[in-house]
Amino acid sequence: MSDPTVTDGPTGTGEPGDRWGGSVSAAVPEAGIPPTEPPPPEEGTAGATFVQRGDRIFRFLATGSGAFVVALIGAIGLFLLIQAVPPLLQNNANFLTSRQFEAGDPNNLHFGILDLLLVTVEVSIFALVLAMPVGLGIALFLTQYAPAKVARPFGYLVDLLAAVPSIIFGLWGLFVLAPAIQPFALWLQNTLGWFFLFSPGNVQIAGATVFTAGIVLAVMILPIITAISREVFQRTPRTQIEAALALGATKWEVVRMTVWPFGRAGYVSASMLGLGRALGETIALMIILAATPAIFTGSLFDGGATFASKIALSFAELNNNLSAGAFIAAGLVLFVLTFLVNAAARWVIGRSGAKA
Amino acid sequence: MSTTVDLEKSATAPTFTGISAGRKARNGVATVLMTLAFLIALVPLVWVIWTVVSQGIAAVVSSTWWSQSLNGLLARQEGGGAYHAIIGTLLQGLVCAVIATPIGIMVAIYLVEYGAGTRLARATTFMVDILTGVPSIVAALFVYAVWISIFGLPRSALAVSLALVLLMLPVVVRSTEEMLRIVPDDLREASYALGVPKWKTIVKIVIPTALSGMLTGIVLALARVMGETAPVLILVAYAPYINFDIFGGNMASLPLMMTVERANPTDAGADRLWGAAITLILIITIFQLLAAVLSKITAPKTK
Repeated sequence: MSDPTVTDGPTGTGEPGDRWGGSVSAAVPEAGIPPTEPPPPEEGTAGATFVQRGDRIFRFLATGSGAFVVALIGAIGLFLLIQAVPPLLQNNANFLTSRQFEAGDPNNLHFGILDLLLVTVEVSIFALVLAMPVGLGIALFLTQYAPAKVARPFGYLVDLLAAVPSIIFGLWGLFVLAPAIQPFALWLQNTLGWFFLFSPGNVQIAGATVFTAGIVLAVMILPIITAISREVFQRTPRTQIEAALALGATKWEVVRMTVWPFGRAGYVSASMLGLGRALGETIALMIILAATPAIFTGSLFDGGATFASKIALSFAELNNNLSAGAFIAAGLVLFVLTFLVNAAARWVIGRSGAKA
Repeated sequence: MSTTVDLEKSATAPTFTGISAGRKARNGVATVLMTLAFLIALVPLVWVIWTVVSQGIAAVVSSTWWSQSLNGLLARQEGGGAYHAIIGTLLQGLVCAVIATPIGIMVAIYLVEYGAGTRLARATTFMVDILTGVPSIVAALFVYAVWISIFGLPRSALAVSLALVLLMLPVVVRSTEEMLRIVPDDLREASYALGVPKWKTIVKIVIPTALSGMLTGIVLALARVMGETAPVLILVAYAPYINFDIFGGNMASLPLMMTVERANPTDAGADRLWGAAITLILIITIFQLLAAVLSKITAPKTK
């Protein structure tokens, strides 16, 4: 930690304060004589340093807030764990391999997360598969192709997608999008039904499927992927682009030879952040996905529930700590999952040298 | 005959050869694909907004929508309004902002002014990043675990605000941090040179310079969390009447009103559902515009 170096000047107010360091090497600011070398505040080289009481309080508050955030993440994990342990001990089913999640009766808990995990992962991966190429296209279009004048407003339009509340996406997905894509969904089932992803699903409500949910989710994570990828692509060194152009490269070849290799890592981590968002998305999926007692077969046309949608769907009616704890256990798994994905994304982004 | 042709041919190959058809085609295809990707993204945006506006406009133009609650109305009865839900959304958002803003600003000040390069600062930055990715439902469960399970307090609007704080905090930190970082060091050094203590320099010099961007970030963050549904679903029960008490009792909010009215199969329910949706989008839009206006008003005056 560096000393907070605040010079009171030679005619200091004389307020009580600790004396910090005794070096007199740096210029002492005096009226009329401009300091030849202004003391860099972060390095603690200034002479005659007083630390005022106000400074100490302020520093304490700021450092405390920083530590608070670090403690907060630990507290989230810790308190979820505390609440999750008692129901886990009384669980009559295997938490990791059971496909049923029944926690309504505190005296007879049967809950396992396998189906929740499978649905969560499948819908998120499906959304990612849809959103990744489109996000890449948008980011490249906005940074390399669109005229500079319209790039900003166009980018703002894409960002607007992130401002729409997820509940509205959910309603739109179920009531408007699902009927509109139903013919396509049926066609997929009829022609590719032999493949497990497209086999006829286990829900009766048309469109309340992983398929619809994945498309809506893709729209929701698009702005995240685009925003971060754009930022990285923009940092492509101008000299490299110009060198490629000077060699006679077409626009596409410039993108492929300079922009893409430079921004690849950033794009990957942007997609992972999008995945993290998709894993935790709650309300849109709660509205779209139809609850079903049938087990998940892996088909895109199945219903089911993700971690988040299951919790949101059942939690409001709970009034005992054991049942709530069972859902909190599922929430804890979700927290760990998103933590890992986000941490991995940050690690990739940190290595690529671009900040998001 | 052939000799004339030979004579007209240049002795060396031309310096610049034209771009081959294959490369041209690939370039064209790439350009079309990328433009297409952008247009694809606009389809859901326009479609969603069109859906909400066309379905909800009937409800919000009614004279009672902005001034009355749904108190005493049956599910199938037309009339009433979203006043109670608007109050709830604004109140919960306001309380959240009051808590999250000072903490977020102090964290950012720590990261930029005090902690730069230290281990705690690195840990804080990492944790802020992680906090950005915490799903809203997990934030809600955390508040439930502490507030309701352990402290035994009732579900209330304050609990919702606390969960929203978790979601708003990282956004405030990131935007404030970015704004503080672009304050030129010259300003800080000039202030130190005049003998101004560090904390006063931060409060009187650094923050006013960065204020414009900071306010924008805070208001945008607030707009974002007001549309969150998961915390209100778990941490407070719906009330069709007006409630100003954040410490107890049921309270409506626009997202909660939407989830409740979704279960109402009558025409009145559909009207309220989409009416609440358009109201929520309107409020968020107003806050975004407010952010733009605030940043204009508070921008440091440059001559």
